[in-house]
Amino acid sequence: MNTIILSAIFGVVMMFTGIFISNRAAYKHVAAIALLVLLVFNIYETHGFVLFNVNADYFLHFEKFGLLFTSICIFSTLVYVLLSGKDIEKAGANTAEAFALIFFVLCGIGIVTSYTNLLMLFVGIEILSIPLYILTGSDKRNLKGNEAALKYFLMGSFSTGIMLMGIALLYGAAGTFAVEHVASAGMLSYLEALGMVLIFVALSFKVSAAPFHFWTPDVYDGAPTVITSFMATVVKVAGFAAFIRLFEGRLGTMGSQTDRLIAIVIILTLAFGNLTAVFQQSVKRMLAYSSIAQAGFMLFALFAVNDVAKEGLLLYAAAYSLATIGIFAVLAKMDDMTFEGFNGLAKSQPLIAALLAIFFLSLAGIPLTAGFFAKYYMLAAIIKTNHYIGLAIIGVLFAAVSVYYYFKVIQAMYFKDGNIVLAPVTNSFKYLLLAVAVIIVFLGVYPNALLSLLYF
Amino acid sequence: MITVLLIIVPVLAGFVSFFIKDEKSAKGWALLSAVATLVISLISIFQNTNSLTFDASWLPMMGSRFTVSLDGMGKMLTLLTAVSFPIIFASTYNNHYKSPNAFYGFMLLTQAGLTGVFCSMDLLLFYFFWELALIPAYFLCSKWGGERRIPVTFKFFIYTFIGSLLMLVGILFVYYKTPDHSFAITSLHNLSLTAGEENFAFWLFFIAFAIKMPVFPFHTWQPDTYEQSPTAVTMVLSGVMVKMGVFAVIRWLLPMFPNASVRMSDAVIILAVIGMLYASLIAIRQDDIKRLIAYSSIAHIGLMAASMFTGDATGMQGVIFQMFAHGVNIIGLWIVVDVIEQQMGTRKFSELGGLAQKAPALAILFVIMALANIALPLTNSFIGEFLMFNSVFHYNKILGAVAAISIILAAVYTLWMVQKIFFGEVRDAEDTRLKVPANTRLMLVILVAVVLIFGVYPQPMISLTSDTVTKIIAQLK
Repeated sequence: MNTIILSAIFGVVMMFTGIFISNRAAYKHVAAIALLVLLVFNIYETHGFVLFNVNADYFLHFEKFGLLFTSICIFSTLVYVLLSGKDIEKAGANTAEAFALIFFVLCGIGIVTSYTNLLMLFVGIEILSIPLYILTGSDKRNLKGNEAALKYFLMGSFSTGIMLMGIALLYGAAGTFAVEHVASAGMLSYLEALGMVLIFVALSFKVSAAPFHFWTPDVYDGAPTVITSFMATVVKVAGFAAFIRLFEGRLGTMGSQTDRLIAIVIILTLAFGNLTAVFQQSVKRMLAYSSIAQAGFMLFALFAVNDVAKEGLLLYAAAYSLATIGIFAVLAKMDDMTFEGFNGLAKSQPLIAALLAIFFLSLAGIPLTAGFFAKYYMLAAIIKTNHYIGLAIIGVLFAAVSVYYYFKVIQAMYFKDGNIVLAPVTNSFKYLLLAVAVIIVFLGVYPNALLSLLYF
Repeated sequence: MITVLLIIVPVLAGFVSFFIKDEKSAKGWALLSAVATLVISLISIFQNTNSLTFDASWLPMMGSRFTVSLDGMGKMLTLLTAVSFPIIFASTYNNHYKSPNAFYGFMLLTQAGLTGVFCSMDLLLFYFFWELALIPAYFLCSKWGGERRIPVTFKFFIYTFIGSLLMLVGILFVYYKTPDHSFAITSLHNLSLTAGEENFAFWLFFIAFAIKMPVFPFHTWQPDTYEQSPTAVTMVLSGVMVKMGVFAVIRWLLPMFPNASVRMSDAVIILAVIGMLYASLIAIRQDDIKRLIAYSSIAHIGLMAASMFTGDATGMQGVIFQMFAHGVNIIGLWIVVDVIEQQMGTRKFSELGGLAQKAPALAILFVIMALANIALPLTNSFIGEFLMFNSVFHYNKILGAVAAISIILAAVYTLWMVQKIFFGEVRDAEDTRLKVPANTRLMLVILVAVVLIFGVYPQPMISLTSDTVTKIIAQLK
């Protein structure tokens, strides 16, 4: 509850700082402080400390998993603001509003990680999406950005419509919006099945799972790089939180009725994401496709819905968000976003190159990085179910494909020569990036540091 | 605690090495730490297994512990690793690498990974070290290798990585089959699986190990990688790293899936024998010394792979003994190759000849190494190969006979190689003597001494590793 209310307040506060403070560089400091406060209060709530005592049990229920997930999202956003704050200033004319929108997105995340009611799911998804449509088009002079925003908006509203339809059908069948009561045990009625499928489609759209992923590359590529970074990480993983809450209740126990559907979506997502990423020339576009591929892996959690899957999703959210935010932060400082643009980075910027290498290794799931345990947990979740082990094998084969395109960047940085143009970076940027890399390696050696929070 | 030191020393030394910018100091540091590790390893040989076991909590939620220990085979292979690195560093001391700090840093990290693989007693920990050995090796080959290094090394990486990932699925599969959900070797050695499950898991693991060894048809990364890597790295790859595959089969695969191993032994041995003949035939046609030795290595490893699956105690003893012998021999061969390449600027047989007149001492040392490669009596390989051929012959007479053809072929290509390089007419018009640096010569003499000593008196090595053999054979029964 703390997060939902505080982030809404901070969003309004950020809008007013735009009026009272004329120094644009100050906004990011205000935002960072506000995020820190948000993070502290959200963590406090895990220990039972609630600022606003509102009884909303029919709509929202706060438990460790959701709160921890929100904490990861807030922390990632904090890292994002600290790393890319300068670039947010450059992305559009209205900096303060951009930060305000980010807080509203966090408000939406607070809802989708804790809803118990389909209506709240809808409200949360909308609160989370609408600021994003605006952020995507925040650079008004950029034609590609405008196109991306329009595309995103049209497709997004369309999928929201589908979700509403699904919710309506489920309500019609069950007479309630409460997640635990919709969908009766045993065989689903046609109404319920259709409603379920529609909600599944809409959420698949939000997390860009194939075959509902077609907007992703264009939007991620067209939006200002710094906004892509936020969309592809924090917002995307929040979509999975919404997904798993829906499935861990009754809807997840339908077993074989949904298994096949999810399995097909997983395989399609892995295939589309990985195979298309291989052929990209631009690193930014490659990352867009790779984010689809990573979503495929995260979907494993939905398929398995067990303890291991939930732990894994937390770890995956942290590992994937942090690494991707780090990569995008460097990418935003580059002029040439092709693979050749990275040639010789190791020579001119040895530290940044080494850190980028760690981020890419983590995305590829190489041991000693958080990305390894993230993938490990997803595989473990599947294998624990003791059927569909073939899915795990398909997953690892595509993980091997992903190594191909992630390592292309490492090869360019380390083994090829070139003159790289990188906007000047401050020392504090480097140290922050270093800190992110340290977290990733630490979680790669000792993931319990994060996971034990779930139980204690 | 000693076992942990064996891993920690190279890890720390490796990280420190990245910060030593001066070439001389970086080399000296690497050599110093390698010698220190060797001393620790020598001490560990004389300890019993109980005092070498170290166990600490690592990932309690996953049922994985940081458990390291050394049995006879572990002691022997950590000794091989610990011996190899000082020899490699010393014999290539005069080579120059760009950014030497990173080169030696990665080398030492590779050493740490290899040592870790040989002493982990926890399957997840084993997987960690297995990958830790691979990543620095990838950087070493890609950064300091020959002209085609980037695509070639990438192929090597992708191959082994696919293998590792399949193994990871296998690891998780067996993990959920253990009654107490644990990765500990003691739990995994007492699995009870149905025949189908055992076969399935067997192949997931076997492919990973077969790629690493490499066994035909998973070998295609190997000749290219050996050729393109800097020779010092090739020594690590062929001398020590391929032993990871052989070792892993003996340590994990056979005891975990004893029934599947028996069922699949026909398939594996046939593949291995095909690989032996195939590699030997191709070796004859090579023009590059490095490629020839690479193919010869595939043939030798093929014999180990075949012999492991015969389920015969003497064969197993042969394999374990040969792991050490092959490591020593092939590193010796590479040292000579490195000298020739550094001095003559070529590795092609068509451009070499008559080196015996320029460097008589080198020629003698190389001939002894070459004879060891053919496994002539009095060299260490003879013992191992004899035991292994014996076991394959007992397993199946026809397969044994076919495999034995590779002995003749080995003699053909090895002697041909010696003849082309050291005898025949002198290609080089200048009448200069080949300068073999004193450190390189010393290392070669040491290796030749090892070859001859264990060729005449292999008993210490055999009694060192006999405990492992007894245990594995008992498990298979």
